[in-house]
Amino acid sequence: MNGIHDLGGRDGIGAINPTESEPVWKAEWEKHAHTFFPLAFRAGFFGVDSFRFGMEQMDPVEYLTSPYYEHWLHSVTHHGVRKGLLDPEEIEKRTQYYLEHPDAPLPEDKDPEGELVAFIEAVIPAGAPAGRDTGKVAKFAVGDRVTVVADAPHGHTRKANYIRGKTGVVELAHGEMIYPDTAGNDLGEAPEHVYTVRFTNAELWGAEAAEPNGSVTFDVWEPYIVPASE
Amino acid sequence: MSTAESVPTTDHQAQIAARVKAVESIMIEKGLMTSAAVDRLAEIYENEVGPQLGARVVAKAWTDPDFKARLLENASTACAELGIGGLQGEDMVAVEDTDDLHHVIVCTLCSCYPWPVLGLPPNWYKEPAYRASMVRAPRRVLREEFGYDVPESVEIRVWDSSSELRYWVLPQRPAGTDGWSAEQLEALVTRDSMIGVGRPKQP
Repeated sequence: MNGIHDLGGRDGIGAINPTESEPVWKAEWEKHAHTFFPLAFRAGFFGVDSFRFGMEQMDPVEYLTSPYYEHWLHSVTHHGVRKGLLDPEEIEKRTQYYLEHPDAPLPEDKDPEGELVAFIEAVIPAGAPAGRDTGKVAKFAVGDRVTVVADAPHGHTRKANYIRGKTGVVELAHGEMIYPDTAGNDLGEAPEHVYTVRFTNAELWGAEAAEPNGSVTFDVWEPYIVPASE
Repeated sequence: MSTAESVPTTDHQAQIAARVKAVESIMIEKGLMTSAAVDRLAEIYENEVGPQLGARVVAKAWTDPDFKARLLENASTACAELGIGGLQGEDMVAVEDTDDLHHVIVCTLCSCYPWPVLGLPPNWYKEPAYRASMVRAPRRVLREEFGYDVPESVEIRVWDSSSELRYWVLPQRPAGTDGWSAEQLEALVTRDSMIGVGRPKQP
């Protein structure tokens, strides 16, 4: 989708205001919002691609102005309701309750064997690799000149606006990985070869606007690219 | 417009805290989440997984040429030698700064970041301004926002983490550190130097 999340190259957004260091959590609720991600994943709410698509469907003004972990809450709620695992009326009712009683405790844990702590301790060091090997032959190789297809699909995609129609050179080839354009849209993993393509600044922004002596790399799945015509 | 840092009011924080609690309470009752799991995850990212791990990898690469070669060949397997890896770093790529080339990482579409070596990202990395401008005008952004002046003779290469590959920067070893041990060098490696928005500390 041509969503507000697709920010690469937009001008006028404002200052970055970087910090040298900052606390891991800016508020207590952020640790809870972060923990939704691995545990809702475990509970079947989403894979990582669907999780991102959930965030992309936020109201655009909210997307731009809310604390980042609110995006996560939005996606967890979106998929939990969609899959029938969360009841939206119950969420509203309990939100009102906790607003009026912010110090009211959470329910008691229901996990006598400590399986969820064990899951957290296992998944953080192990990860959830996206690499797949179906034996499909790669159509492109390092050094090939390729052009990104310039269409604008609905639904989830990682084909950012600013690389569509642009030509670059394959810098790295990574083998097959889960394809976000299917996985993020409930259409299965359908693995595709992934390549890192490097674009010059001039190719992306035009010679006038581009900074000199620079380039940007972007990872593409095989269906995103075709051989460059010249 | 202003970025997210300045917008949320206390009211908004109270709203979102209540909503998180509401969803969490339902998940706890269904046995899908526990307060113990939240506490354990928080502890891991507060005390165990953070940029000190990336600093250890960088210092080893600066002092062990064979390890450095393995790191640049496959960052995930090289980090695994040190017991470092996992979620959001299943497939890592370390990119090496040289006299002619400087690297920076960004995720324009969301907030992808190599958690096993850098921990969880700072807010500014996830917010719209950095994501929008780093691919568009990296040299200006580095100079004006980060106080990092990269000479025009040095190419800047920005890695937009659009797939599950997780890029991070192997910065240049500071001059004047000959004979330093890996432990001494670790203290010079900053989070920002591995994102590419700063230099390592100088001795």
